[in-house]
Amino acid sequence: MERIVTIAVLIALAAVPLLASVFDAPFYLDLFGRVMIYAIAAISLNLIMGYGGMVSFGHAAFLGLGGYAVGILAKEGIDSGFVQWPLAIGSCALFALLTGLVVLRTSGAYFIMITLAFAQMLFFLFTSLAEYGGDDGLTIWTRSDFAGLIDLNDGASFYYLIFALLLACLGISARLIDSRFGMVLRGAKANERRMQAIGFPTFRYKLAAYTISGAMCGLAGALLANQAEFVGPSVLHWSRSGEILVMVVLGGMGGVAGPVLGAATYLLLSYFLADLTKHWAIIMGPLLILVVLFARGGLLGLLSGRRAKTDAP
Amino acid sequence: MTALLLIEQTLNGLQLGVMLFLMSAGLTLVFGIMNLINLAHGSLFMVGAYCAALFLEWTGSFVLAALLALPATLLVGLIIEIVVLRTLYERDHLDQVLATSGLILFFNEALHLVGGAEALYLDLPPFLKGQVKIIPGSPYPLYRLVVIAVGLAVALGLYLLVTRTRTGMLIRAGASNRTMLSALGVNVRLLFTAVFGLGAMLAGLGGVMAGPIVSVQSGMGENVLILAFVVIVIGGIGSIRGAFIAALLIGLIDTMGRAFMADLMGLVMSHTAAQTAGPTIASMLIYLLMAGVLFFRPQGLFPPRGR
Repeated sequence: MERIVTIAVLIALAAVPLLASVFDAPFYLDLFGRVMIYAIAAISLNLIMGYGGMVSFGHAAFLGLGGYAVGILAKEGIDSGFVQWPLAIGSCALFALLTGLVVLRTSGAYFIMITLAFAQMLFFLFTSLAEYGGDDGLTIWTRSDFAGLIDLNDGASFYYLIFALLLACLGISARLIDSRFGMVLRGAKANERRMQAIGFPTFRYKLAAYTISGAMCGLAGALLANQAEFVGPSVLHWSRSGEILVMVVLGGMGGVAGPVLGAATYLLLSYFLADLTKHWAIIMGPLLILVVLFARGGLLGLLSGRRAKTDAP
Repeated sequence: MTALLLIEQTLNGLQLGVMLFLMSAGLTLVFGIMNLINLAHGSLFMVGAYCAALFLEWTGSFVLAALLALPATLLVGLIIEIVVLRTLYERDHLDQVLATSGLILFFNEALHLVGGAEALYLDLPPFLKGQVKIIPGSPYPLYRLVVIAVGLAVALGLYLLVTRTRTGMLIRAGASNRTMLSALGVNVRLLFTAVFGLGAMLAGLGGVMAGPIVSVQSGMGENVLILAFVVIVIGGIGSIRGAFIAALLIGLIDTMGRAFMADLMGLVMSHTAAQTAGPTIASMLIYLLMAGVLFFRPQGLFPPRGR
């Protein structure tokens, strides 16, 4: 069932540019492009949260860091995507590696709090960078340039680039989860002490997973900055971290495709509710509570009729 | 001149500190006893401020509005507890974070609807408006001193409640071992509802008192909420004493950092570099402190005994 849903969703996403051009509604390219970018961010969070039990409440930090890497380089006149994107991903990986050394020493509620603390630090760092927009954020005048290989200013090409990257991230995370590495990660989630007892240095595995997750979210950040042609502190506001969390849980943490479903549902729902009424949050809030209280496996769990495992972190 | 500034900033820091304490007291007990992360605690702060602003419009009296706002916040808190939070106690932290962030969305928008899109202002009555000369030549707003006094009085009251009464004994016992307490025949559910109500009222009081200083608008509770989390993590989850000390510490560090960090750093680096880096470091300071505390003393500085 999960496989069928995944394939259906991906086919639908692939068809969006075609439909958008038929109905002459280029806006939907933007909307669904954003859906896929957040799907990548949610996949990265699911990697550590769904399989590693690490509930990060500061994942938007990577989204922002990746975006600012692109924005700052663009402002300094370096437009080449071949420089911008590796730097965005690399800086996120480095930030994840360094903060991971600290945050992974804690667990449970403390893990939630300390990831939040690091995200807040970055938030205030970028807020006070007056040179790069400060509070107001940074407008990116030119999208990343890939030397004629692909033109990001063309809506459909950019869309398919995001689509391809989404597929790649899905593939990577599916492969990782089923590998020995993923087994250790899932084992550490179920019972860390036992994993250590049978000889796995779980800390290293978790650190590696945290770093991969950060890097992947950094990619999403670079994409988001390019799409919005803007990056600002709001991208790494703590409520954004909350939104990514919601997407993962909404979709269901049990499977690889859950985050994609979750991101699509959350963004499309808030878009249509916002279209319906200015006060969409007053519907979205209670809806969220209902999902948490009654649909514990998320959408994936509802679809496949099984309860996804949501062990205490 | 510098000494004057120092005194003024110390008072500002204290004022932020007691405000944070009002928020953290409820948060730390809820977290400590029922192991519940309640992000919507900031919404209660906001509800308090909104209630005060609306009641002020109706009654015309600040004191009356403030006094009415407290039971109103208590009521809202109890409704939240009974309708949503009760189901969440047995859930993991992730579910709690999500459901309570749903509450935030709801309350932000609901108060937006009730209070209008414009920020509301709480006008102080004449007898609270004046300035006081703490030391000759430096006027300081009277209201801020009142805030500090009320905050300290509430802290004292809470201290007496927690250390001197039977209820307080149960609260302390709940914070150190909930299972044992309920095995001894105490109705922990009821105790918790009471504690949650108390916490809600304190958060409401914080909101009422913050109202005249900041503008009353939707989302105003969120920054305070994050700071309150920093406070309870540093102070040790479940400990009122820890929350008090950490709240004052955070209030002072944050205020002092913002006021003096740039100048302090100017002593060791060039003026311009200090002026740019100072404010940045200052706003990150408390989060650095939190990360440091979590790293070296994950249980916090003053954890409740028996953990």
